[in-house]
Amino acid sequence: MSTYILKRFLQLIPVFLGATLLVYFLVFSLPGDPIVALFGDKPVNEAVAAKLRMQYHLDQPFWMQYLLYLKSIFTFDLGQDFSGRPIAAVLGEVFPVTARLAIMALIFEAFFGIVFGLIAGLRKGKLFDATVLVASLVVIGIPIFVLGFLLQFTIGVQLGWAKPTVSSAATIPDLILPAIVLGLGSFAYVLRLTRTSVIENMNADYVRTATAKGLSRFQVVRVHILRNSLIPVITFLGADLGALMGGAIVTEGIFNVPGVGNRLYRAVLSGEGPTVVSIVTVLVLIYCLSNLLVDLLYGWLDPRIRYDS
Amino acid sequence: MSASVDFQEAEYATERPLLEIKDLAIGFTTSNGEVNAVRNAHLTVMPGETVAIVGESGSGKSTTALAAIGLLPGNGRVAAGQILFDGEDISNASEKRMIELRGNSIGMVPQDPMSNLNPVWKIGDQVRETLKANGLPSGPDDVAKVLSQAGLPDAGSRAKQYPHEFSGGMRQRALIAIGLACQPRLLIADEPTSALDVTVQRQILDHLDKMTTELGTAVLLITHDLGLAAERADQVVVMYRGQVVESGPSLELLQNPQHPYTQRLVASAPSLASRRIQAAKELGVETDDMLAPSETGVVEPAKSDDVLQIQNLRKVFKLRSGLGKSTDFTAVDDISFNVKRGTTTAIVGESGSGKSTVAQMVLNLLTPTSGKIIFDGVDTSTLNSKELFAFRRRVQPIFQDPYGSLDPMYNIFRTIEEPLRTHKIGDKASREKKVRELLDQVALPQSTMQRYPNELSGGQRQRVAIARALALDPEVIICDEAVSALDVLVQAQVLNLLAELQTRLGLTYLFITHDLAVVRQIADRVCVMEKGKLVETGSTDDVFESPQQDYTRALLNAIPGAGLMLPPEMDVA
Repeated sequence: MSTYILKRFLQLIPVFLGATLLVYFLVFSLPGDPIVALFGDKPVNEAVAAKLRMQYHLDQPFWMQYLLYLKSIFTFDLGQDFSGRPIAAVLGEVFPVTARLAIMALIFEAFFGIVFGLIAGLRKGKLFDATVLVASLVVIGIPIFVLGFLLQFTIGVQLGWAKPTVSSAATIPDLILPAIVLGLGSFAYVLRLTRTSVIENMNADYVRTATAKGLSRFQVVRVHILRNSLIPVITFLGADLGALMGGAIVTEGIFNVPGVGNRLYRAVLSGEGPTVVSIVTVLVLIYCLSNLLVDLLYGWLDPRIRYDS
Repeated sequence: MSASVDFQEAEYATERPLLEIKDLAIGFTTSNGEVNAVRNAHLTVMPGETVAIVGESGSGKSTTALAAIGLLPGNGRVAAGQILFDGEDISNASEKRMIELRGNSIGMVPQDPMSNLNPVWKIGDQVRETLKANGLPSGPDDVAKVLSQAGLPDAGSRAKQYPHEFSGGMRQRALIAIGLACQPRLLIADEPTSALDVTVQRQILDHLDKMTTELGTAVLLITHDLGLAAERADQVVVMYRGQVVESGPSLELLQNPQHPYTQRLVASAPSLASRRIQAAKELGVETDDMLAPSETGVVEPAKSDDVLQIQNLRKVFKLRSGLGKSTDFTAVDDISFNVKRGTTTAIVGESGSGKSTVAQMVLNLLTPTSGKIIFDGVDTSTLNSKELFAFRRRVQPIFQDPYGSLDPMYNIFRTIEEPLRTHKIGDKASREKKVRELLDQVALPQSTMQRYPNELSGGQRQRVAIARALALDPEVIICDEAVSALDVLVQAQVLNLLAELQTRLGLTYLFITHDLAVVRQIADRVCVMEKGKLVETGSTDDVFESPQQDYTRALLNAIPGAGLMLPPEMDVA
């Protein structure tokens, strides 16, 4: 088991190097001179520009810039963004906000997805099942920015049940509406996945045997149908945590959440290489780690595939 | 009817039946409307008695039994009649009442040990919840006791294992433990051993007998094997197409079947047929059950030589055991035997004995690790690709699964014609003529040509597979469990067909099977394999009459119905 985890951690090294190199190259190839852009409409002061270029190593060739960036990572000094703040501090500020948002979205989609999916599966073909199936299809079919603006307008502006935008503190009550919007798409997937899996398991021989033992319907559902049905669902949810963190850009934009997505978007626009690469690298690592977590969870849920060898 | 039977019935009359099914009809709602799976079924189980329901797949035997424990699938329901359990009609009982009865009054042992245990819970947990649901003490000691009573060694630590760590036989013991955990008065055993090897099957059934006798449990045994039913049950109920066609005390029913279907079943159950052959040998009379022609009666083919010689054959598989390491697994260990032209040689053994690996090597689908396979004087490992192509024409396979071995996208004509086309034999017209001839040979109507496999029954598909194998006029046919997946009556028809084709075409069969009863009927010589080794070989008569090895004796004893006394002649009026 520990060898397996160690092996998986060692695999993170090439993933980390590959991801940073790729992202760095993409940012490097962006058209336009970020330093010139900094001056906006004012005339460019060549001396200041040259100084800035040197400070951000923009006068160096691509390989040199990349290696200098790697060096800065391993000396725990990520450098500064264009406004002069240390990038490490920026990361420490935006990641907790997005993590809060993503976890809230995950709890929302997991809880409601599993509960609705279970009920729909157990009542296959009945009214509830049909309604939920159609509704989930609608949710999957509508793009997130449409849903986001729709909910922001109806619930936030017209009904006034929640604040239409998020304050700079990004408290938990502030984030409820954005979390629902962020989790809606995955909620529909979780629901459908649970439903299919429950229907499949309901007809399994061991469920019939469990009923023959004299267990009540509730016990059969809880012990034999639900746990077995959750195996694929948990796998999806684990992988989804990474996707939610990275995918929050649109939602954060709509609700003005001061999180990773917002900051990343601004950094891409202004061509701040080190900031973009730092954020993306952390996202990649989170994605890898949540996948590892899924694999471990999978072994825990299904004893047939434990990683003991 | 003898006086003793009358007396017994008089005694029973004072006792109330434990289970009584009266005029039961079960309907299933399908997209094509209501389908009646069971009609007018009636049977009686007395306390402590074992009653067997026998029938082929689709006869309604399992449906009837499931109705008695209220476990009909969602779209099925009792349409008419009564199911009386200890005098109480439970045919339309509430779910609450059924939950009360299940487990502690009516237990069940299901068919397939592989799919009936939940893979994500420990065996002990699955026993414990049974005890708990029925209000019995469910500590670790109680669980271990239940498991060890079902014959599971080292039950305390076994209870902590998961189903995938158990063999099929052990899983079935765990399921028996669960079925009997709460000492029910009635146990429904739905084909409890049909997925297991014969020797394991015997052990499990013996143990089940012992336990139910000790506990005084009545058993409703569902089986397709009439020999097994007669051996294990006091009463046999024969079902055919949803109806009970005959019922009565087992031996009486076997010796004097009244209904035509029962008569056919008695005539073709391999376990019974092999028993009759045995009886006929002892009395020195001829019997129709012997499909293999006796040595004197055959027209010897032109060449009477060893068409196949297997010499010191070995096959070692490398099993991966993580991180580039591997362990050797010897599937076939140094076996040698010869197959005489125009005869049938059977390789028998339980699952994992290596018999199918031998078949694959003879077919040149697997390369032997060492040893030689000499076909018609030529070592098959030395063949170049052109010679191998010619070899394939002369040695053809018939596989076990008639559902998986035919391409569902090919119609029957294309399936049978394919080998001819591959080997570029004849033109279009002559190939079509050949396919028609082949269909005649396997007794399928020529209209079958335009049909697809999913439109045919299992027996018809296996006939198509035989026709395909015969298309190239092969000399040797390797039958790998070719009749195992078929119902007894169909099995008997296919075996007869194979025997007839052999006499007509002088074919040589290498018959791979786990079923010794079938071997008795069809084979001239037998090779018995155990764990990759050839433990005994000889003529079928010698092996069956005086087996030399303990393992062979165990296999022979495991044929259901071993204890039955049957007359060698079967009067099928």
